Amino acid sequence: MKTLLLGTALFASFALAGLSTGPANAQSKDSLTIGVTLEPPHLDPTAGAAAAIDETVYANIFEGLTRIDETGAVQPQLAKSWTVSDDGLVYTFDLKSGVMFHDGTAFDASDVVFSFDRARAEDSVNAQKPLFAAIDKVEAADPQTVKITLSRPEGSLLFNLGWGDAVIVAPESAATNKTDPVGTGPFKFSRWVKGDRVELVAVSGDNSIQKATFRFMSDPSAQVAALKAGDIDAATNLNAPEAVIAFQADPKFEVAIGTTEGETILALNNTRAPLNDVRVRRAIAHAIDRQAIVDGAMFGFGTPIGTQFAPHNPAYVDLTETYPHDPVRARELLAEAGVSDLKLTLKLPPPAYARRGGEIVAAQLKEAGIAVEIIPVEWAQWLEQVFRGDDFDMTIVSHTEPMDIGIYARDKYYFNYDSPAFKAVIKRLNTTSDPIARNALLAVAQDIITTDSVNAYMFQLARLGVWRKGLTGMWHNAPVQAIDITNARWE
Amino acid sequence: MMCRHPNFMIGVLLTGLLCVTALVSLVWTPHGFDAIAIADRMQGPSMGHWLGTDQFGRDVATRLMVGARNSILVGVVAVGIGLLVGVPLGLLAAIRGGWIDELVARGSDVVFAFPAIVSAILITAILGPGIVNAIIAIGIFNIPVFARVTRGAALQVWGMEYARAGLAIGKSGLGVTRDHVLPNIASVLIVQATIQFAVAILAEAALAYLGLGTQPPAPSWGRMLFDAQTLMTIDPKLAILPGLAIALAVLGLNLLGDGLRDILDPRLRAERIG
Repeated sequence: MKTLLLGTALFASFALAGLSTGPANAQSKDSLTIGVTLEPPHLDPTAGAAAAIDETVYANIFEGLTRIDETGAVQPQLAKSWTVSDDGLVYTFDLKSGVMFHDGTAFDASDVVFSFDRARAEDSVNAQKPLFAAIDKVEAADPQTVKITLSRPEGSLLFNLGWGDAVIVAPESAATNKTDPVGTGPFKFSRWVKGDRVELVAVSGDNSIQKATFRFMSDPSAQVAALKAGDIDAATNLNAPEAVIAFQADPKFEVAIGTTEGETILALNNTRAPLNDVRVRRAIAHAIDRQAIVDGAMFGFGTPIGTQFAPHNPAYVDLTETYPHDPVRARELLAEAGVSDLKLTLKLPPPAYARRGGEIVAAQLKEAGIAVEIIPVEWAQWLEQVFRGDDFDMTIVSHTEPMDIGIYARDKYYFNYDSPAFKAVIKRLNTTSDPIARNALLAVAQDIITTDSVNAYMFQLARLGVWRKGLTGMWHNAPVQAIDITNARWE
Repeated sequence: MMCRHPNFMIGVLLTGLLCVTALVSLVWTPHGFDAIAIADRMQGPSMGHWLGTDQFGRDVATRLMVGARNSILVGVVAVGIGLLVGVPLGLLAAIRGGWIDELVARGSDVVFAFPAIVSAILITAILGPGIVNAIIAIGIFNIPVFARVTRGAALQVWGMEYARAGLAIGKSGLGVTRDHVLPNIASVLIVQATIQFAVAILAEAALAYLGLGTQPPAPSWGRMLFDAQTLMTIDPKLAILPGLAIALAVLGLNLLGDGLRDILDPRLRAERIG
């Protein structure tokens, strides 16, 4: 009898979880709880590549000289204005005065010099060192003025300095920012309950949101249930695309479908046999049906891509027809490469695009004669085994940094691509400031990685924002990895 | 006699259905269980797809059939582990008594102190998610169940004159266990195995539902429920069908177990006749 009851309880509890629309919690109107899919490994944006770090702290806790706004445009932040010399080599920033770090120390030009020298240093653990590659020296002309001298013109310097990886930290707290981040932003770190949430509190009493909480929940149904029950006020990128239509129809919620910089790719370990053979990689690219993945895993939200570039960027080249879905061609390529009975592992991190996309990819590869073993991994495991440990054949992940094609020029990046031709293009790109010439070089770069079929390019991730009606000031698009709540307020 | 046990008949029928479905799925299914056809997703029942298709366009009937096989595999192996380890432990405790008896009895109590699902979650969390580890976890929980049942029943048999007479005529403890104890406690074990079979199916479904059991794309009823959670409002059948499958399988095995106990237990039989 006990077992019967258990069975009924199991059945009933899931039915309730699926159906409960829960009464709207009486939210006090100065707090905001946001549900996010992934938990950051730590909270120092200058020392890690995980997007979850920036999403928690960017603009909220840490600020840079410039910031990127919702449209991707550069805005002043800690620098209130700047001038650029005629040759484009010297940038002079006029800093805001009276800014304090959360630990009470004052912000001035020496903090800027410290932050950038630290990020550029030989032993720096900054995940985006190329952002600073053009910088020759950083000097404090006076406490309110910083002069940055470049070794070559860098067209995107102001944009680069707006990244989360280029935020200004204080020498007193830089070492402990991973667990106790201290910045200059409108929110200061309150506490981090590992595995559950990070809490921020407003620095000033005038702020419309006094307490902000980021809750980590990767399970799609948990996110949907938490939104409906009022446990979270917003999900900036809902991990359950199938629920979006229901939320659109619900008058209690607002849905904002925007774009991200997230190229979602089937990443291949380029040094592992037989994936080191371009024919095998091309076979995989032919085997996947991008639109089917977008439809099946993302319920149609997302745009198929043929290379590592965002379709809404003017420099984008549509290469989706380079490897059209063609299982027969894929089999031919595998035969040409002399590969038979290919068996590969596919490690999948928690986001729905990976877990669900992975099931579809596995079925599509099977059609082309490739057996796939799916291995679901948690986010920390993924960072450990795949991103740092090189222990994978294939994985699915979304690269959400803006303009991140440069990662293909890096040595020992996790998918292990090494092409002198590509590196030369990026090198030229870095010294080119003319927009038309830059776009031409970017087109060449896109073409090289697609021709080499480094990874199988799937789709551009959409941003599925869902929040309680009455919340305003949330971003619809994500031009950088950010959940900027500095303008959020309840109406 | 059978008509006096309608519940037993229903149990036999449902369990038989489960076994037949699983056996058929070994040689034939309407479609491939992992044959994805995105264009055909979430269709209603039709001639091509008897129970419709899921969110990836896979045939639900096929996945339920293969899921039945999965459930039976879990049940057989997990109960097998329990029988193979638990029964000898229980018999040993009954023969030797003393500290061995204490150890087995108290050890069982300790394991019982944790709810089955919680221990299974703990074990799969340590060993990692997957069907094999789920089976091991459920099997480990079955050990004390069988050890305790065996010990109790065996002690009862040892208390009978014929068992002690066996010893008196020079049979060894092992010999008496083999010739008298085991045959006399077999019915109890069969009933317990049936019940534990149902518990194992339920436990696997719960583990898969939590993402700790069967891993995709292999189908499991619990996993199907898990995937259907956020699709409830769009396509309720995706949750109802696997839920129904679990409920019917567990109901069938429980009725079978209850019925077997009624039929095999001499005292209950005597009452009935009286």
